[in-house]
Amino acid sequence: MKQFSSFQIAISLAGALILLFIVAPLVGMFVSTSPSDLFATACDLEVQQSIKLTIWVSLAATIFFAIAAIPLAYLLARKEFPLKSIVSGIIDLPVVIPHSAAGIAILGFVSRDSLVGKMGSSIGLNFVGHPAGIALAMAFVSLPFLINAARDGFMGVPVRLEKAALTLGASPARVFFTISLPLAWRSIVSGLILMFARGMSEFGAVIMVAYHPMITPVLIYERFGAFGLNYARPVSVLFILVSLTVFIALRMLARNKGQKFSNHA
Amino acid sequence: MLELRNVSCSFPGFNLSEISFSVADGEYFILLGESGAGKSLLLEAIAGLNQVKTGSLILNGKDITHQKIQQRGIGLVFQDQAVFPHLLVRENIAYALKGKYLTNSEKENIIKETALLLQIPGLLNRKPATLSGGELQRVALARALVQKPTILLLDEPLSATDSKLRSELRALLRQINRMGQTIIHVTHDFDEAVSLADHIAIMNQGRIVQTGTPQEVFGKPANGFVAHFAGIRNFFKVSIEKLNGTCVVWPKKEVAIFTADNTETDSGYILIRNEDILLSPNAFESSALNNFEGKVVDIYPSRSGMEVELDIGIAMFAQISCESATKLKLAPGENAWVHFKASSVKFIAG
Repeated sequence: MKQFSSFQIAISLAGALILLFIVAPLVGMFVSTSPSDLFATACDLEVQQSIKLTIWVSLAATIFFAIAAIPLAYLLARKEFPLKSIVSGIIDLPVVIPHSAAGIAILGFVSRDSLVGKMGSSIGLNFVGHPAGIALAMAFVSLPFLINAARDGFMGVPVRLEKAALTLGASPARVFFTISLPLAWRSIVSGLILMFARGMSEFGAVIMVAYHPMITPVLIYERFGAFGLNYARPVSVLFILVSLTVFIALRMLARNKGQKFSNHA
Repeated sequence: MLELRNVSCSFPGFNLSEISFSVADGEYFILLGESGAGKSLLLEAIAGLNQVKTGSLILNGKDITHQKIQQRGIGLVFQDQAVFPHLLVRENIAYALKGKYLTNSEKENIIKETALLLQIPGLLNRKPATLSGGELQRVALARALVQKPTILLLDEPLSATDSKLRSELRALLRQINRMGQTIIHVTHDFDEAVSLADHIAIMNQGRIVQTGTPQEVFGKPANGFVAHFAGIRNFFKVSIEKLNGTCVVWPKKEVAIFTADNTETDSGYILIRNEDILLSPNAFESSALNNFEGKVVDIYPSRSGMEVELDIGIAMFAQISCESATKLKLAPGENAWVHFKASSVKFIAG
C-alpha cells in the first residue's frame, strides 16, 4: 500500500483548504439560487442585453487589440532593444494598479476634454457611456494576459526555424505568418481566451467610463445596491454559467484548431 | 566562386577575425575546428544571418556582404536540421518554391525529383515528428537543394548520426557534390573532413589557422593546434643546431633529436607520427639515431591498438598493437626505450 509522509499529508490539506476557499462561495451561491429564480432572470430582457453586450464588447476589444498586441509580443520575444525591461514593466502595469484607478485614467484619456475625446467627438463618437469606452477599459486591464502569453509562445519557437525560413527565401513577414505564428498558436489562443475572459469580468475600470450601457458586472452591482443580495445572486449565477460555457467552448475550439495545426497545417 | 576577404564579425563575447579564403565552383570545402571555434557563426555570416562588420563576401564577382539573405542564393542546412514541425515533408520541401512563378505541376515535379535524389519519396506526406534523425537530415538537405543554391552550407550535418548512417550520408553528400553543387561543410570531425574535402580550412578561436588540401594541411600542419587535429601528438616547437653536418633539434634544453630534414633556419616545429616510434624494454643497436630511455606515464586503448605516453624529458606518444603492449609488459611507472629514425622527424619551418 502506498505510504504518505506527514509532509505530503500537510501539503494536501493546505491544498484542499485553498480549493475549498474558491469553491465554497460559488457552490453556496448556486445552492442558494432556485431554478425558478434563475429561469426568471434568464428571461429578463435587461439581463439578456447586458450579457450580450458584455460578451460582444469583450470579444471586439480582444480581436481589435490583438492585431497590434501579437506583433508587440513577437518583438518582445525576439528583439533586444534599449529600455526593453521598462517596456515589459509597462505592459504588466495594468495588472498591479487598482482597476478603479485604471478606470479614472481611461476616463481622463477619453473624456470630452481630452485629445482622444475631441477626436472621437469630431466623428460623432463619445467614448464615455459608449461600448467603445467599455472596450477600451476592458482592454486596458486585460491586455497583459494576451501579450505575456503570446510572448512566451513566441519564445518557445526555436529561432533556428525562423532563420531556416529566411535562408529559404522567405521575407520576415512570411516567416512570421507561416512559421512563428502557427508554432506559437496554442499560447496565443490561450492568451486571447484569458484576455477575453478577463475583459468580460471587469468591473472597476468599466464603471468609471460607462455606467450605461450596463455590462453584467455593473448590473450585478446595481441590483445588489438597489435590491439586495437576493436580486443580485441569480444574475451572478447566470453570468458565471454563461462565462463558463463560453470559456469552455472557446477552449474546445482552440484545442481542435491546435490539433488541426499539428496534424495537417 | 565564393571569396571571403578579411571578414570580421562581432558577437557578445566572441569575434570572427580577418577571415579570408576562397571556394571554387563545384568544390567541397570543409571548415574544421573544435566546438566554439566560430564555424557555425561564420557559416551564418556567409548565409546572411549574421552581419559582417568589416571585410567583404564576393560571390561570382558580386559583392554580397550586405545583400539580403533571400537574394543571396545560398542554402543552409542547420546542425539540428530545423525542419518545420508543423508542415508535412512535402510542404517543407515546397517552402522555398513559393514566389518562384512555377505552376503547381512544375512544383510537384521539382519536389519529386529532389525527393528521389535524397531517397525520401515515401516520406513526402509524413510529419517531421514521425521521422528518424537520418530521414530528417535528408529532408533538410532536400529543402535546401530545391532552391538550387549557388552554394550549399552544411552545419555539422553528420554530428548526430550513427556510423552506418554517417557513411550513407557521406556518400550522398559526395554524390550531390559530384553533380556540381559547391558545398561548404562545417565539422569538428577529422575523418569526416579528410573523407569529403577538396580543400580544408582549420578554424580556431574565430580565426582561420591554415587552409589547403587535406594533404597539405595534415602533411605539414602550421602549428600544434592543426597537428593535434590530425591526431599528431608529437608536435614540438624546436631550436635548431648543426652537428657534424647533421641537423639536431632541441624541443627542450636536455632533449636533442636528430632529423634528416635539412634547414638553414634556427627555429621551427617538428612532428613525429605516433606509429613511427618503436618501443623496447632495453637499449639495442639499430640504424635509428634517436634513442631515449623514458618512463611510461600512461597506456590506454586507441582506435588501432594502444597509445603509450612516455616521459623522455618531453611527453612522447607511441602507437603500438595490443599484442606488443602485452609482450613488453608496459605499465605506468615502468622504464622503456624509445627509438625513431631521423627520417621520421619532419621539420616544419615557422
